[in-house]
Amino acid sequence: MDRDSPMTAPAPAPAPAVAPKPGPPLWLLLELTYRCPLHCAFCYNPTDFSSIGPELDTADWIRVLREARALGAVQLGLSGGEPLVRADLTQIVVEAHTLGFYTNLITSGVGLDEPRIAELKAAGLDHIQLSFQDSTRQMNDFLSSTRTFDLKSKVAGLIKKHDYPMVLNVVLHRLNIDHVGEILAMAERLGAEYVELANTQYYGWAFHNRAQLMPSRAQVERAEETTRRFRETVGQRMKIYFVVPDYFEDRPKACMNGMGSIFLTIAPDGMALPCHAARMLPGIEFPNVRNMDVGRIWFESSGFNLYRGDAWMKEPCRSCPEKKRDFGGCRCQAYLVTGDAANADPVCALSPYHGLVTGAAAAGAAVPAAPSPLVFRTPRNSSTIFG
Amino acid sequence: MSAAPASADDRPAIARGFRLQWEPAQNTHVLLYPEGLIKLNGSAGEILKRCSGTATIAEITADLERAFATSGLSGDVLRFISMAVEKRWIVIPR
Repeated sequence: MDRDSPMTAPAPAPAPAVAPKPGPPLWLLLELTYRCPLHCAFCYNPTDFSSIGPELDTADWIRVLREARALGAVQLGLSGGEPLVRADLTQIVVEAHTLGFYTNLITSGVGLDEPRIAELKAAGLDHIQLSFQDSTRQMNDFLSSTRTFDLKSKVAGLIKKHDYPMVLNVVLHRLNIDHVGEILAMAERLGAEYVELANTQYYGWAFHNRAQLMPSRAQVERAEETTRRFRETVGQRMKIYFVVPDYFEDRPKACMNGMGSIFLTIAPDGMALPCHAARMLPGIEFPNVRNMDVGRIWFESSGFNLYRGDAWMKEPCRSCPEKKRDFGGCRCQAYLVTGDAANADPVCALSPYHGLVTGAAAAGAAVPAAPSPLVFRTPRNSSTIFG
Repeated sequence: MSAAPASADDRPAIARGFRLQWEPAQNTHVLLYPEGLIKLNGSAGEILKRCSGTATIAEITADLERAFATSGLSGDVLRFISMAVEKRWIVIPR
């Protein structure tokens, strides 16, 4: 979603006083489960996931797919948690494919063996994005708090064998960003056609572990330089996306292309969210697909209308000419860092809270790498620390 | 990208991983690819839906000229296909 896709490109019409009726939720993300065999310390999932209610059943997910497709949703992300832990994943893919969705599986690869991938291919799955934590077994396994490196390498082979484009996603942070050269070499060995080097976005578990994960500016610049040089040698064989960590920027990302404009996430318990991190925003009652249809959720619910248009904005966004480009940035980041989701995203240098972001980014240079205090994303930590 | 520009006897095809689809909700053709979509204008949709991998660009052009009762489209079609190859939407098997 961080790619330079044309979905994020359309320029909005001149700022209207009243939010116009939004277009369809073109991008539907189903977080099928919060269960995950990995325990990554940089996960954006909610830290209190262990206390979140039961997962939707197959019939519910299929109803969601039909309702969203009828509205015009066309890109489908199947994510989690680890979506492969759902025994009904193939059934969900069959339905999605039949309805005309372009289906993307976003996976750690754990649970993807030869029969399963063959079944998903036959079901019409269009695309698989495989995550790696690092280029070495040791670091991959440490960062995910599992033993999965060899398995992932094997899965990469299966993805190639079944004629999918090999798309790797590696989340970067201070503990692995210096390995970017090795990560890219590994990607080339695995035959990756696309590699997304996504610097950590600080939500959920990642926000909790921010001090341990934040790289220094020098690390980021070295990684960018390494990536640039690698791009030159690898040429067209491999396309590399380097997603800059926004804490080092002075303008915010156009998060979700504005909340409620194209993205719709359904969480495992059926909660409908305008972005996958929005659950933690306080004082908003987000609707649930168990008791509201997707059309009403998208067009009528207060949770989805709250941050449409620009009437909700405060200064400096309200009078800012750039609001049409970045929509004030990310509501979740505004809330996490400044305590108010209606503030400007503090990544913006025009925000009076920008110092909180530059301070956190500068701390990345100061704190020695200390892996021990990382809090891994486990059900036990979720209930004992955040429950 | 340094790919050779398309020529009239090439047989373009939609690239692997991309899917061309008519979207009634938006009344338009879209080109779907991993994690993204491109809304196509009318002429782009008409050209791409003829990129089957079997028809040559010359045949595609002739078909379009017939369908829209016009002529002189070859420059536009070639330009669009060259751009689409550069963007990796379509491939020309050589």
